[in-house]
Amino acid sequence: MTMAQIQSAPTETRHAPAPAVFELIEVEQVFAVPKPGRGLLSRDTVGLRALDGVRLTVRQGASIALVGESGSGKSTLLRVLLGLDAPSGGRALYRGKPIREARAHGTAFARDVAMVYQDARGSLDPRMTVGQLIAEPLRHFGIVPKSGEAARVAELIDRVGLPRDAANRYPSGLSGGQVRRVAIARALASEPSVLVADEAVSGLDVSTQAQLLTLLQGLQRDMGLTLVFITHDLGVASYLCEEIAIMYLGRIVETGPTDAVLEAPAHPYSAALRAAAPQFFEPIPEPLPGEIPSPLDLPKGCRFSSRCPAARDDCRLRDPQLGALDAGRAVACLHPLTSKGAQTPEIR
Amino acid sequence: MSLPSSDAAIPPLPRAKAPRGRRSMFLRRPFFTVALIVAAAYVLAATFAPHVAPFDPVKQDFMAMMQGPSLVHPLGTDSYGQDILSRVIYGARYALIIGIFSVLIGAAGGLVIGLAAGLSGGWLEWALMRLIDSILALPSLILAVAFIAILGQGVDKVVVAVGLSMIGPFARTVRADVMQVRVQLFIEAAQLMSIPYLRVVWRHVLPNVIFPLAVQVTIRVSEAILVSSSLSFLGIGVTPPTPDWGLMIAEGRDFVSFAPWMSAMPGFALALLLIALSIVGDGIREEFDPKLRRGA
Amino acid sequence: MNDMTSHPVTTQDAAEPILRLEGLTVHRGAAKILDRVSLSLGRGETLALVGESGAGKSTIATALMRLLDGARVEGRAELDGAGDLLALPERRMVRLRGSRLSMIFQDAGSALNPSYTVGRQLTTTLRRTLGLSRAEARAKAVELFTSVGINDPDGRMSAFPHQLSGGMQQRVMVAIALAGNPDLLLADEPTSALDVTIQAQIVRLILAQTRARGASCIFVLHDLALASQSCDRIVVLYAGQVVESGPSREVLERSRHPYTRQLKSCVLEIGSKDLTAPEGTVPPHSEMPVGCRFATRCPRALPRCAGEAPPLVPARDDATGPLDHQFACWNPE
Repeated sequence: MTMAQIQSAPTETRHAPAPAVFELIEVEQVFAVPKPGRGLLSRDTVGLRALDGVRLTVRQGASIALVGESGSGKSTLLRVLLGLDAPSGGRALYRGKPIREARAHGTAFARDVAMVYQDARGSLDPRMTVGQLIAEPLRHFGIVPKSGEAARVAELIDRVGLPRDAANRYPSGLSGGQVRRVAIARALASEPSVLVADEAVSGLDVSTQAQLLTLLQGLQRDMGLTLVFITHDLGVASYLCEEIAIMYLGRIVETGPTDAVLEAPAHPYSAALRAAAPQFFEPIPEPLPGEIPSPLDLPKGCRFSSRCPAARDDCRLRDPQLGALDAGRAVACLHPLTSKGAQTPEIR
Repeated sequence: MSLPSSDAAIPPLPRAKAPRGRRSMFLRRPFFTVALIVAAAYVLAATFAPHVAPFDPVKQDFMAMMQGPSLVHPLGTDSYGQDILSRVIYGARYALIIGIFSVLIGAAGGLVIGLAAGLSGGWLEWALMRLIDSILALPSLILAVAFIAILGQGVDKVVVAVGLSMIGPFARTVRADVMQVRVQLFIEAAQLMSIPYLRVVWRHVLPNVIFPLAVQVTIRVSEAILVSSSLSFLGIGVTPPTPDWGLMIAEGRDFVSFAPWMSAMPGFALALLLIALSIVGDGIREEFDPKLRRGA
Repeated sequence: MNDMTSHPVTTQDAAEPILRLEGLTVHRGAAKILDRVSLSLGRGETLALVGESGAGKSTIATALMRLLDGARVEGRAELDGAGDLLALPERRMVRLRGSRLSMIFQDAGSALNPSYTVGRQLTTTLRRTLGLSRAEARAKAVELFTSVGINDPDGRMSAFPHQLSGGMQQRVMVAIALAGNPDLLLADEPTSALDVTIQAQIVRLILAQTRARGASCIFVLHDLALASQSCDRIVVLYAGQVVESGPSREVLERSRHPYTRQLKSCVLEIGSKDLTAPEGTVPPHSEMPVGCRFATRCPRALPRCAGEAPPLVPARDDATGPLDHQFACWNPE
């Protein structure tokens, strides 16, 4: 990858001038895993490409949904974004500095980028009360003087819609929805500008999910948060996020404004994902054939060609990169479904 | 930062504890309750031994040697004419003191080594674990004998010897708990906040390890008492005429055919305390260890 | 009170129901987790039990299989030609499981035995339910694996469950459930652990297979949209009671019960930007209202609702069969 190509990364050129919080440029993440079928004493490993050429820009104040099925590399991307893992290739920047460096120096990054885990209960120390859990980041980052701590905790508890007496309770005594509220309150305590949420509303009943979604939307609006929301639910993505990035096998295959992408998906995988989402009284459409291939055994050419209903001969030969489509949209497909204003996609 | 007030619905909290159908653990566990009463009786007898015991435990009376149980000497007397009941009561003192303090030494040592092994990784963990493994390969009694051989005899020496011999098993369980806690999501969440590693250990790892350790302590007190009594029985623990149960059993051994109470009474006292302590320990573990809690 | 038999059943109901559930009540300790649930399932029909967690939808399926532990069960469940499932001796029930009714579990990964190959688990079921010989069972197993869309069925026979993906495991579960040619299939959230594209595959597979065999199917689902796509009829449960039931379109497009409306309004369709979050949560069993269980959260509650439980009534005067649209509300929409 040359610098010229990086400069032409699509989402950067068309957007409003808001500064980029995160920039991922051709990020790769290769893990050494035991070679399949190796002998008992063999130490042979092969490289597993969990991320392969990821390009993503998250601008200040944006709300972006990262959508993909299991095995798409969402979780690996998340760890790179949070600076928990260094990418093995490419550059992952936070406000222009490598994320790992930003994390290693001081607490500014940790304070600015807060995280809500999918397993909210597991992310809370079971031996601490809700009040102690929320006070921990307040104290750690020195947000309020000790005298104002209790008041701020109460304020946060109130803001996420928990009852006042929750401060003295332990997470084990709370319901699934309430535990997620605690996790959100704890994340907000450090007064972050970026909130990263991993499946923060999945596995809940629809009414609890609706309560949390309205809360998150209110928070994003009122506090001007930049939201990176990882989800598998396109309905949630379209409600909460203005932008969407759809991942398949370690690469972002389509990005753009959520409504535009979901209304007329350009990538056949986005279209299949869109069609598979349950819709009232629509007949269940023909699903994609087969399953997501192993990242150890990527199909030749386009990684989606083995399951793509619209694959042509050249799809099995050339690997399309994420290239600009129109109006802030980008797609990694040789033959996008909506060809209006399409440019020739780059070819590796 | 201003926090606009929430317009979201405020759901009521579920009750902290289900009030119905959950009787007190003393009613639900009658064996535990009985065992707790027995253990408490031992502790009281040991604490107030001078007030409870009818005779001086080391006062020898050659006019009343090897008498069977009677009104004056309810548990009989031994070959020196010492009152066995008084000696059993004072013996509880030594048993409990040795049991508790040696377990505390073992737990403290086990906590340090277990934490170090669980958190360090690499060659240090390897070395520590091989050390623990080699300690565990020997029964605690054999180890205690070895330490006594180095330290010499006496109550304080027995406490240290038994304590050192119990470090191995404690270290093993602490390390297992540390390994389990270390990979929990809340540890990663704390590191994500850039909280320094040692503070994460202090605030999040330690409290989650201490509690199961405290439960272990209650269970292992009986093991420590057994080991210390065995040392005395072998004649290498506390020295006569200290009223120690193991010692008393050993002294009565030669007269067992015509004065069986001399060994039987302290033996019975020892067995009863050990059974009571293990029932109490198991009850506490089952009640407070979430992994074993039934129907939870 | 909300017993369906209190409404006259017309004899010209086209299909004789394969399953007729009357007054199913399940107590666990002091809590009544199902309260007089009655429903009928026509032959060849697909029915969705929908509701939130704690509504008791899975409990119905488990109670029908007689797999409920530590609970007191009352009521009747008449399976056509087999008698009352809830009263049969265990010996007869063992024979019915797999051959007349079978269940597809939510988590195939833990429902399959990790120490046997999937082929062996399927042939065991085949030999037990159909009395096949070893060779016959193997041939039939390969055939079943092919029909549920497993590539290389011969090779997959010797795979252990952990060697298969979640979607493949669920296909194996479907094959095992279908092995004895049951005429009633109970699918308990068969796709909630799977990705959406795989979910579509599995739901289509279950529907195609039941249709091809003329079997009936009860789906336990939490996704109303998926229920509308896959089932002829929908039964909406709230806190252990049926609040509305009937043909899918009637229930979802002409909902009478406020809870059904609320549930539907929480479903986020792609492109929808409005979402009104309902208030509160399901009350715990110790604080369940004596009247309508939804009264505490209902936007249309009347004073009467708190004290008096509403019976299930037909939504239209001319509809009287148990398969028609019914609801239980004092102040319907």
